Amino acid sequence: MTTEEITEYLNREYGGNLDPTYAEAGDSWITVSPSVLREVAKTLRDDKNLQFNNLMCLSGIHYQKENELGVAYHLHSTIHDHKLVMKVRVPEDNPVVPSVESLWKTANWHEREAYDLVGITFRGHPGLLRILTPQDWEGHPLRKDYEQQESYRNVSTGI
Amino acid sequence: MAPVTSPQPAAIENRTMTINMGPQHPSTHGVLRLEVTVDGEVVTKVKPDIGYLHRCFEKYAESLGDYAKVVPYTDRIDYVSALHQEMGYVIAVEKLLELEVPERVEYMRVILAELQRIASHLLGIGTFGLDLGAFTPFLYCFIERENILRILEKVSGARLLYNYLCVGGLMRDIPTDFTSDTWEFVTSFRPKIKELNDLLTTNSIFIDRTANIGVLPAEVALNYSASGPMLRGSGVSWDLRKNDPYSIYDRFEFNVPVGQGEMGTVGDCWDRYIVRVREMEESLKIIEQALDQMPGEGDVKEAVPRRIRSKEGEVYVRTETPRGELGYYIISEKSGPYRIKARTPSFVNLSILPAISKGALVADLVAIVGSIDIVLGGVDR
Repeated sequence: MTTEEITEYLNREYGGNLDPTYAEAGDSWITVSPSVLREVAKTLRDDKNLQFNNLMCLSGIHYQKENELGVAYHLHSTIHDHKLVMKVRVPEDNPVVPSVESLWKTANWHEREAYDLVGITFRGHPGLLRILTPQDWEGHPLRKDYEQQESYRNVSTGI
Repeated sequence: MAPVTSPQPAAIENRTMTINMGPQHPSTHGVLRLEVTVDGEVVTKVKPDIGYLHRCFEKYAESLGDYAKVVPYTDRIDYVSALHQEMGYVIAVEKLLELEVPERVEYMRVILAELQRIASHLLGIGTFGLDLGAFTPFLYCFIERENILRILEKVSGARLLYNYLCVGGLMRDIPTDFTSDTWEFVTSFRPKIKELNDLLTTNSIFIDRTANIGVLPAEVALNYSASGPMLRGSGVSWDLRKNDPYSIYDRFEFNVPVGQGEMGTVGDCWDRYIVRVREMEESLKIIEQALDQMPGEGDVKEAVPRRIRSKEGEVYVRTETPRGELGYYIISEKSGPYRIKARTPSFVNLSILPAISKGALVADLVAIVGSIDIVLGGVDR
């Protein structure tokens, strides 16, 4: 199924009001609100016509202009061989997104990375610790307004 | 005479111990620290600690402001299969910009990628044997790998970090003796696989150390989004070159080897190993077909844009590297790249380690880490 067909199917079967977004080039995606994210994700995984059993990628994004943070989920079904891009956006001052770790185990490390580098909190994650930077590192490096700390444990970071 | 009674054994102290494996440990293939909780000789818990080799690839890529400048940085993600990292990236950008690439370039990319796959698998297999105490196969693997690196050096000028692919084409023309060199390698390498099988694959000590160890069931592998030999070792026939073809892979005939539990259980270390060995033969088949079909003439820089005109939009493109699915997620703005994320197979495959090493012996943990075939550059980026 294509993104349009999947969106239509979800709206018809589950009474949602999802709408795919198109850009000038590349993939289209659907945006869901954080309050229903887990529900939608579970449906996407378990519905027998969708069966997205493979979460290929999970990325954190900083939308600086809108003062928002976002997460993009790249889903794929090895059974029906279709793909879907799902996005969720949250305000910068309260960046809480429900975790999908219990649905796809692969999300565990991806969510830790998004927390570490972009600063998104995943509610319900079993161990949301930094993964690539040290635990006592300051700030989230992939934010567009990130400023690197001058020293780390009395060692200059070279700026 | 009083009956002889055996002395009561003192209560056995039952406690677990936490030990560090790494960051500097030969069997962790780089700077990986494993926090291992052991009960005697048995591993009860493993916590991988990564990030020692984090080089901020994504931050750099986003701050360069130009798609072409990112290519040399991609090399450094997974430095033992650098061409695959470049290939995934340039394909993603070409998809975003809707660029058509000349036939000759496509064939050249496929041949180079398959040569690189063999080189990378040889390194993976060699060091895997080395982890288990088999030193000789490692040297044999490196002799063959050297032959491939010589070809790649002739083509690109570098042995490891090539910077040879560029958006829309190749950096420089193909050397005239490339075809003959590659044919020579293909002919000489095929009998060497048999030699390797005699040395390592059917070695009974090697089988004892790898069969039934670190079993990864197919449904767990899928839930963890495992890919590459890690997934195929568990019996799932999934290869992006076949199932979601990119470049010109749909033109070649080759098989997808999967683990069948020949020496033990489906999805054990031996299965992951044998998938790599058999994949080298399949790569040879692809190289032979590509060499036959490759057009002899053509400008490799024909489609290279002088200035890349960025488009608004986003793509997620995945390609099959020796270690599995490498995905590039690019969000593009009119001014250039806004977000570039590399989803590396090493990172995802390593996250399965805690799930499959519970209950293993400490010595087997080395075998399991070796069989995942991680490259820490790919894990940490």
